[in-house]
Amino acid sequence: MNAAFIFDVVLAALVFTIATWIIAARDAFSAVVGFVAYGLLLALVWVELSAIDVALTEAAIGSGVTGMLLLGAASRLRKTEPTAVSVGLPMRLLAAVLCALIAAALGFLVLFPPGTIFTLAPDAMAHLPETGLRNPVAGVLFVYRAFDTLLEKVVLVLALVGVWSLALDRFWGGIPGLPVFEQPNTVLTLLSQLLPPLGIVVGIYMFWTGANNPGGAFQGGTVLAAMWILVMIAGLQHMPSTDRRMLRLLVVLGPAIFLVIGLLGFALAGSFLAYPPGYAKPLIIIAEAALTVSIGVTLGLLAAGPPERMARR
Amino acid sequence: MTLALNIFTALAVFAGTFFFLAGTVGLLRFPDALTRLHALTKADNLGLGLVVLGLLPRVEWPFGAFKLISVWLLVQLSGAIVAQLIADFVRREEPHA
Amino acid sequence: MSAVTLFGLCGPALVGLGLFGLITNPQPLRKIIAFNLLGTGTFLLFGVIARRGAAAGLGGDPVPQALVITGIVVAFAATAMAIALLLRLFQESGAASLDSSGPNDASEATDPS
Repeated sequence: MNAAFIFDVVLAALVFTIATWIIAARDAFSAVVGFVAYGLLLALVWVELSAIDVALTEAAIGSGVTGMLLLGAASRLRKTEPTAVSVGLPMRLLAAVLCALIAAALGFLVLFPPGTIFTLAPDAMAHLPETGLRNPVAGVLFVYRAFDTLLEKVVLVLALVGVWSLALDRFWGGIPGLPVFEQPNTVLTLLSQLLPPLGIVVGIYMFWTGANNPGGAFQGGTVLAAMWILVMIAGLQHMPSTDRRMLRLLVVLGPAIFLVIGLLGFALAGSFLAYPPGYAKPLIIIAEAALTVSIGVTLGLLAAGPPERMARR
Repeated sequence: MTLALNIFTALAVFAGTFFFLAGTVGLLRFPDALTRLHALTKADNLGLGLVVLGLLPRVEWPFGAFKLISVWLLVQLSGAIVAQLIADFVRREEPHA
Repeated sequence: MSAVTLFGLCGPALVGLGLFGLITNPQPLRKIIAFNLLGTGTFLLFGVIARRGAAAGLGGDPVPQALVITGIVVAFAATAMAIALLLRLFQESGAASLDSSGPNDASEATDPS
């Protein structure tokens, strides 16, 4: 019973309390604010579980960009809240019993794990020096399970196409409907002139250091996307219309280069996404750089939403 | 020497958390949005500054210290901007306040 | 009861809370938030499995950690699509509800294009 354990107990209790608040809050705005705080506390829990890459991803994507999307939706849907019909008490009790049973079953699995712990850490570390990377999570993401990462990136592009397809037909290729300041607000202008240079450096650093320390393309790309969204909301840059060729090229650049490197693996090393010996790290860095730019643009466009007006030609 | 540094860290971090607590009490007890914003930004900035000051002897000099201080400066910047934006919005919503 | 087991019990509790919110809250936005809660609880379970697999000088097994990173990104993509669908539903029918007996039955008269 030392200080670290007390800290962990308090953290777990806080996470559970905020989760209960999220479910029980009366209006959606309070629930979203609780969700953002919950995501940040969860990032602390990930650090306590020695998973720093996951903590960075949770703080950036799980709490940051998701919170922004939820906040925008909550503000737009504010008028619909009083008309919702709530669920009756018997249904609530039944649902509570069901959920408690499921939680108890999962908790039982946690409290009584199987006797032998099966772990892939020794296998992951055994082959890591050949790849030139020192961060084992980056090794798993880009060498051992590179196919999953390629598909994950393609899922992001598919989600973008799905969001764009929800626009009205006549607005296809138009400008996204992110609410922005039309006349630059002086207060926000100060922030969006001071923060983006720093943010871009931080984002690129997070991508670059992901090879050896916690970090990586997804975390760095999210910081870049956040800087772009800040500049667009402040009104300092116009939102691009979604039929611009450069924009679409940047979205596709990441997965395309990753796919090309994967196909080159057929010719140079024998199978899809295999790296020729000695060239693994340069190829991974090239793929990650393209992915960082692509993730930044895709996340920014996902946060901006479907097109809602046409550009004036 | 390390004992003095440990005491310094403990005192500074305790003082910092005291200011955080004061800011939260202000959030809960002050009557309207503008006074609550004032309590939050002033007390939290000072609290974070004291916590960063207390942690400075424990990190590697210079880059660790540089990162901690830049975290404090960034929180000050974004906190001030956000407080100004919220206060502006509150002003516009209640012109008689 | 170690700290890791404590977080490991927190995970199923979050799953239960998220599932409860998903079933009982009628507003679609609250369902999306509860779904995210459910997802993060599942990721926390993975995280505890990763922490228990600490070996070879690492703090945790890196394979479940990489799976969780992939999961967080895909969950965000799904949330973005769900929110876009919800806002479109609100635009078309005027009410953000999954109730099929809503007031607006003539929704096909809104936009013929």
